[in-house]
Amino acid sequence: MKSAVIVFPGSNCDRDLAVAIEEVTGRAPTMLWHRETALPEGTDLIAVPGGFSYGDYLRSGAMAARSPVMQAVAKAAERGVPVLGVCNGFQVLTEAGLLPGALMRNAGLNFVCRPVALTVENSQSIFTNRYDAGELITIPVAHHDGNYTADAETLDRIEGEGRVAFRYAEAVNGSARNIAGIVNQAGNVLGMMPHPERMIGPEHGGADGRKLFEGLLEAVA
Amino acid sequence: MKTRIYVTLKNGVLDPQGKAIHHALEGLGFSGVEEVRQGKFIEIEHADGVTDADLEAMCRKLLANTVIENYRIERG
Repeated sequence: MKSAVIVFPGSNCDRDLAVAIEEVTGRAPTMLWHRETALPEGTDLIAVPGGFSYGDYLRSGAMAARSPVMQAVAKAAERGVPVLGVCNGFQVLTEAGLLPGALMRNAGLNFVCRPVALTVENSQSIFTNRYDAGELITIPVAHHDGNYTADAETLDRIEGEGRVAFRYAEAVNGSARNIAGIVNQAGNVLGMMPHPERMIGPEHGGADGRKLFEGLLEAVA
Repeated sequence: MKTRIYVTLKNGVLDPQGKAIHHALEGLGFSGVEEVRQGKFIEIEHADGVTDADLEAMCRKLLANTVIENYRIERG
């Protein structure tokens, strides 16, 4: 699998994501600086990492979403290339309009940094096919702006279309309908606040995130 | 030329920061505060040739996230 991890100034989970992808797929991703205007030929997974791109200036993910590389990412997403956005990556994907809704300041105003329980809602997507629907997993979160918001009509639509990939199984950040991760209509773009790349082996305290990368590898191969 | 842009949360969008500010005001002993909503104020210094449509486009494309925010432009 040929993957690319996008790197913005202020990204800080890009290496974690690269390590997880390499460990599961056996191939190191290309690290792609935000000023690039094209993806490497034949890229079949794009990962948008967590962190604080552009220092969260204006709004989390707002500046990164307008950087040159994101036009190439949007085009690839339109062609059906899988795009995984984690944490700040999720914020970037919503700001870029690749996913609906927005991520606002956590309801409790605190930065939340701990493992949380999630329910896998949809086990049919290319990202979640290794999980069982309803499966309870533990993945860490580390964010200040994870409070997912959209209007009621949009929420009804994404729920009705089975596009909620993960839900918090406990109170975390005030997210609408406890949404932790969603996919786009075509099913090839996933944004999630929890960090699956931080849960891929016993040295991380668990491997519940590993199946996401394994599932992707299987879906793409 | 200076234009002022106010970015505010849409009605119905919860504003946890506004709520916290409200509580803090009450904690300081200010009574009678009914609701606090916070937002952003952006000042843009620009050439006279920048049109209203340009300023609108700036708001829609970057300065406001229209999923959750409204904007108001006060041309200088």
